[in-house]
Amino acid sequence: MSGDGSDPNGPGSTPDSATGALLDAARRSDLGLVLGTLLVIYLAATLLTFTNGLNSVVGLLRTLTFLGLVYALAALALNLQWGYAGLFNIGVAGFMALGVYTMGIVVRSPDPAFGPPGFGLPLPVGIVAGMLVAAVVGLLAALPALRLKADYLAIVTLGISEIIRLFLQSSSFDNFLRGTLGVGTGGGRGMGMPQNPVRELFLVDGQAGTPTAFGELVFGALGDGGLGISNSILIGWGYVAVLAAFVIGFYVLLERLGRSPFGRTLKAIREDELVADSLGKNVNLIKIKVFVIGCALMGLAGILWFGSQGNVSPTPQFMPLLTFYVFIAVIIGGSGSNTGAVLGGIVFAAVLFEGPRRVGSALRDVIDAETPSSFADALVSLDPVSLLAYATDNIAPLQFVLLGFVLVFIMHRRPDGLLGDRIETAAAVDLSERPHGGETDE
Amino acid sequence: MSSDIPDADDAAAGGSPATSDEPEANDSPVEEAAKRTPTGVPLRVDGLVKRFGGVTAVDGASFEVEQGSLTGLIGPNGAGKSTTFNCITGVHEPTAGNIYFKNEDITGLKPYQIARKGLVRTFQIARELEEMTVLENLMLAPKGQLGESAIRAVTPGLRGEVVTQEEEIRERAWETLDFFEIDHLATEHAGNLSGGQRKLLEMARALMTDPELVLLDEPLAGVNPTLEEKLLDRIHQLREDGYTFLLVEHDMDIIMNNCEHVIVMHQGSVLAEGTGDEIRNNEQVIEAYLGEDI
Repeated sequence: MSGDGSDPNGPGSTPDSATGALLDAARRSDLGLVLGTLLVIYLAATLLTFTNGLNSVVGLLRTLTFLGLVYALAALALNLQWGYAGLFNIGVAGFMALGVYTMGIVVRSPDPAFGPPGFGLPLPVGIVAGMLVAAVVGLLAALPALRLKADYLAIVTLGISEIIRLFLQSSSFDNFLRGTLGVGTGGGRGMGMPQNPVRELFLVDGQAGTPTAFGELVFGALGDGGLGISNSILIGWGYVAVLAAFVIGFYVLLERLGRSPFGRTLKAIREDELVADSLGKNVNLIKIKVFVIGCALMGLAGILWFGSQGNVSPTPQFMPLLTFYVFIAVIIGGSGSNTGAVLGGIVFAAVLFEGPRRVGSALRDVIDAETPSSFADALVSLDPVSLLAYATDNIAPLQFVLLGFVLVFIMHRRPDGLLGDRIETAAAVDLSERPHGGETDE
Repeated sequence: MSSDIPDADDAAAGGSPATSDEPEANDSPVEEAAKRTPTGVPLRVDGLVKRFGGVTAVDGASFEVEQGSLTGLIGPNGAGKSTTFNCITGVHEPTAGNIYFKNEDITGLKPYQIARKGLVRTFQIARELEEMTVLENLMLAPKGQLGESAIRAVTPGLRGEVVTQEEEIRERAWETLDFFEIDHLATEHAGNLSGGQRKLLEMARALMTDPELVLLDEPLAGVNPTLEEKLLDRIHQLREDGYTFLLVEHDMDIIMNNCEHVIVMHQGSVLAEGTGDEIRNNEQVIEAYLGEDI
């Protein structure tokens, strides 16, 4: 699996084969690169699960694509702050939590059957409110924190993220909100998320068994009436399509921001604040702007990601670990490159996050041996099969070891990530060669 | 010796604000500069004091820079030249004293505010934006870029203007690169440039802001003689076009041979002012700066 994942990017030094030529072509087109990576991941996932039937293949592909896209969204937002402007925000999880919790509070019914009450407003209002709250908290954090040097900004944002999480977890805060505004967070038990509108596209009122005309069509062709894929997986794919549209939207927005004088000042601030300042750029204002934009996008990413999960709870969903995962995605893709952020999100989710678990459990099914009760037992047995059995049964902790190795490898061999070495033009016009018409013979 | 000059020149400087409503930024730097009239005193430093804790780096320095001049600021190490520079450009806030640019008090303004008024600087150790190309370095500098507003940069209807302006800025950047003969480096990352090329780039970038007064902090330090010649040649050419320069150097010969007005700083204050010849024959200067026996 790991071989499959790194294939399209590879060490990049052997373009002598046919596949090499193909990879070169894919590199030249960003969309081709992303789709090619997805294709390789799909192939590997299919190989892993095809014996279990179509349903599990399509289900796994959906899970991988979903995770890849939500990580891509978060990575794109972080790339704006960190990749472009060099703002080291380790509070990604907190801003995502703010987005999704605000959305939940605004949209949930004032008189729910269970869970905390909300304002009962329409979903679009909730989404905008979620982004606004993430942006405003980002602004409040930025005002004092951006005057600090990079490391201190990191500490402050990490602290804010934990403060947000602990607030959301606190039952006192929940009671306080219920007492004053009549809404609640649900404290440690969390909060059920509003109905996903994509589900209502397939099912009348989201009720299973009452498909809409569109649902009837899809289920008939691909579901029970046709290929036999389960309805919930088909609806899941419907949401993946929505996510893909948002990833494209984020990408276009951030590319336009980057390829403009605004993007140019961001890059300049990342490189040397005093130079930007001395050339008449209001560095503090620009930093605040970009921080707020990034936080709003993180809020939206949180809504799209966790808002679709049925239930959110502050722990463990919004632990700082989530932030570090997003950072790893940006690092893999190469900070500063938007295409890299998308690619990094997809590769991280498939190869490092979900892949090892799936490969582990698939291997475990094949291995015919008892699982030793401890690592020491597995080691002492001197039997590679039982060692493997132990490893595949405990894949989750081993995953962190893998993550560590991958990070060390990237830092050592490819510090720019997959695409960080590319020159991302920071101008609204082509700078690769001199335009014609000017006097060149001077 | 400088105390009686400000009053005399204030009247003359009164005429200069008229030249400051400059028309469009579209003109080439040369045409732009030709519209300026070389009269008045754009920069006046009055009783500048800067203390860092117990150390007094600048102790009551007063001087002025005349419009269209190439003024040299010299002094031994620790005389307070760089601190004076940093106070003028807003990097440090002065402990006392005032700085006037085009008769406006700019004391305590932020660097970006001062730069926007037309007073721009270069750095002693060239500070390039290393991961940006040479062309991007130059295109960063111009004032009044519409696309620096995030909303204009992304909104479909408004981005058209941004692109049009970008084309103009790109053209100006190429012209400036031509002028400094570093056009062959346009797409190179600034981090790959040699020390001398960086100095050229730094000056080119400063000019892209369309300044009236350029403060050059040791632009010739660590530059080979050929390139030094080239840089000086450019400075003279630009001065003839109407730019005003204040040049900090501690190489006495360069200052004497190139600047018509020389200010000597010593221990935080102005020791002497005058033409190269006057300074060369000033005994105080000889004592303080050159040592007693030449």
